Amino acid sequence: MQLQYEIVDNTLIVKFDGELDHHVAEDIRTELDDTIDRRGIRNLIFDLSGMRFMDSSGIGVIIGRYKHITKLGGKVSVIHVTDQIDKIFNLAGMYRIVGKYSNKNEALNRI
Amino acid sequence: MKYKNYMKIEFDSRSQNEAFARVVVAAFASQLDPTVEEIIDVKTAVSEAVTNAIIHGYEDSTGLVIVVCRIEGNEIEIIVEDSGHGIDNIEQARQPLYTSKPQLERSGMGFTVMETFMDEIEVYSELEKGTTIKMVKKFKSLNAKSKG
Repeated sequence: MQLQYEIVDNTLIVKFDGELDHHVAEDIRTELDDTIDRRGIRNLIFDLSGMRFMDSSGIGVIIGRYKHITKLGGKVSVIHVTDQIDKIFNLAGMYRIVGKYSNKNEALNRI
Repeated sequence: MKYKNYMKIEFDSRSQNEAFARVVVAAFASQLDPTVEEIIDVKTAVSEAVTNAIIHGYEDSTGLVIVVCRIEGNEIEIIVEDSGHGIDNIEQARQPLYTSKPQLERSGMGFTVMETFMDEIEVYSELEKGTTIKMVKKFKSLNAKSKG
């Protein structure tokens, strides 16, 4: 799993490239928390266009970052959600806490 | 005569093997030529069951995880078995959002995902003996094909 970062003002856009399961979840959450703190990030956008597989470990990663970002007074959004990931997000009621947008510009405008 | 096939793998309870197990099962199931969505459902359910065996069955120790697949007609039966700690309260474990390991940021959605993505699921567990999860997926796209 590779993470690509883009920062627009104080919003971090994270593009996942690969598969997100329990095996990689811990490294990803450490790296994301570190980047959020080090770069003075307030809002987070997950770009899932390159996510080839995700199981419920991904929900844990996103909810954990949601808790982190909420403490900083920011918002979390997801963009380019695939059908399979959408099914898992709906099961977990993710859209009650995380905004879903079709692309980066739409997500940035809604923050 | 219904088409039948069988396979069994066993591997160490290491998290590296989560991807290995789901890819092997997906490759085995793909001989039935299901839709991409159906294959992803199976991969996701297997990933959840194997992750449970590794995190909850064996916790910090290492043991063997066994995955058995049986194809019969348009169905695949998948059994994921560990010889670990076992589940104290299966009903509680199957509740959405329940997790015994919140410190690991587990979402508690594993069983819910398995129940939703597969057609049948049965859980057998005995403390200090282990846990067996039996799941069945019916590839409905194949019924449509054979009728068409």
